[in-house]
Amino acid sequence: MKEYFHSVNLDKDKCRGCTNCIKRCPTEAIRVRKSKAQIINERCIDCGECIRVCPYHAKTAINDGLDIINNFKYKVVLPAPSLYGQFDKKYSRDNILFALKSIGFDYVFEVAKAAEIVSEATRQLLKNNEIKKPMISSACPAVVRLIQVRFPGLIDNIVKLESPMEVAAKIAKSEIHEKYNIPMDDIGAFFISPCAAKATSVKSPYEKQKSNVDGVIFIKDIYLKILSALNNVDNTKKLAEAGADGIDWANSGGESGALGTEKVLSVDGIHNVIKIFDEIEADRLSDIEFVEALSCTGGCLGGPLTLTNVFIAKTTQKKHMSEASKKSINGIYKRSYKDLVWTSNVEYKPVMKLDQNVSKAIEKLEMLEKLYEELPGLDCGACGSPNCRALAEDIVRGTANETDCIFKLRERIRGLAEEMVELGGKMPPVMDRDK
Amino acid sequence: MSTIKLKYEIPANDFIIAGEASSNVKNKLTQIGVSADIIKKAAISMYEAEINAVIHGNGGYAYVEIFSDKVVIKIVDSGPGIPDVEQAMQEGYSTAPDKIREMGFGAGMGLPNMKKYADKLEIYTEVGKGTTIIITVNF
Repeated sequence: MKEYFHSVNLDKDKCRGCTNCIKRCPTEAIRVRKSKAQIINERCIDCGECIRVCPYHAKTAINDGLDIINNFKYKVVLPAPSLYGQFDKKYSRDNILFALKSIGFDYVFEVAKAAEIVSEATRQLLKNNEIKKPMISSACPAVVRLIQVRFPGLIDNIVKLESPMEVAAKIAKSEIHEKYNIPMDDIGAFFISPCAAKATSVKSPYEKQKSNVDGVIFIKDIYLKILSALNNVDNTKKLAEAGADGIDWANSGGESGALGTEKVLSVDGIHNVIKIFDEIEADRLSDIEFVEALSCTGGCLGGPLTLTNVFIAKTTQKKHMSEASKKSINGIYKRSYKDLVWTSNVEYKPVMKLDQNVSKAIEKLEMLEKLYEELPGLDCGACGSPNCRALAEDIVRGTANETDCIFKLRERIRGLAEEMVELGGKMPPVMDRDK
Repeated sequence: MSTIKLKYEIPANDFIIAGEASSNVKNKLTQIGVSADIIKKAAISMYEAEINAVIHGNGGYAYVEIFSDKVVIKIVDSGPGIPDVEQAMQEGYSTAPDKIREMGFGAGMGLPNMKKYADKLEIYTEVGKGTTIIITVNF
């Protein structure tokens, strides 16, 4: 099995071992051990919930750093649609793209433009009766990884089309290669990302062998640079080409809104996504052909590595959409969806399974149930597991002890203390003078 | 050979709790490592039986036993019973009152769905006394 790479990481010096992250993690992938949080790699889906909730900012995302662009002679920047919503409304999309380019890039290609191409391909897929419905968007890599570990029954529903980021990198590189006759290997494509999950999908893609993207830079890390470059923008430069349909992908409801059908559902926030997936897995969602599921509340504009409050960013994004034409100004590239189909596939990762052998797993589950019965059920997290049931599971897996529960420990101490008092009252017969 | 025995209370007319037992069983089957399509069969057929007990049966109990090769789900209610089982097995046949239908239930697919997803379906019913449904899904 391939080794797990994760962008979400822990800064041990900052972590105080509190229970905020373990309780919010949608896959119960974090434990506190030796007063530090520990991520169980196999379970982590890089959704970034822990980055968002950590009060000490100890959860970070592994960063390629801006210097990475110097590894390539010709540098392309691929801004996520969510970048536009980060700045003051007075800046136009042309301003932002110009400022971004001036930081050190030779070429800008809006991911929003590629998003329109993916929308067109999705519309083609929707018409295909052989494709399993409801189709579930693969735009959010955290959601795809959630399906991998928790919803194996939905793997066939995933839209197996490359993400706008990948499409953008591919098109930009071939455009440059053809226009300026620059060798492909000299062209580096860098994605400006609102989240850690995108960085993971570049480093270890599930849909193919190697990503077209050469590096990921987080919005929070490049924000200040863009901001200062915005002070001397050239207002005559026209760089914005994407249409409102593509820009709207940053919002929850944007991707599904571009499909031209009412039979769509859009859900955002990883815990809400889980509830909807439960419904789909149980066949209880009728008359829906496409599900747009985004890990972050509000969509990518609410990404854990963005800077502007998601609700403020939404109004700014709306402004940019109203200034754009509905579709990309050059018209989108007419191509068959087949060019975008994944060349490899996601596999079920049975991380919740207790044992490889069914009979043994049953024995373990039985033990787990008994242990759980005995635990206080307060779900306090003081043992380092997210809740009492998870502690019971950890005990069965051999990674925790019953006395890790402070209530259990106290009960034991009390029992011992009582026994000591009782023993203390007993005198050996040779010394007992009253007898 | 060890098995796991589980018991759940199904409260009458409580649509907030309805479905919790089957979703709980689904998680347990996942932990055991049962394949996704089999879990789906068990979860859907149990959900239908559970909802039936909520709507028609005045609530009741679910008894679930997980073996290494199958899961047996027994849903027991003390409701009015089913006068004509054959009729009730027909798709679209429903005796659910309007207020239940307004909530999106009572489409007459409960028993047909159980039949569709269960490997073995047993129905024991007596008018005025109640209904017991036994669903078996093989791994």
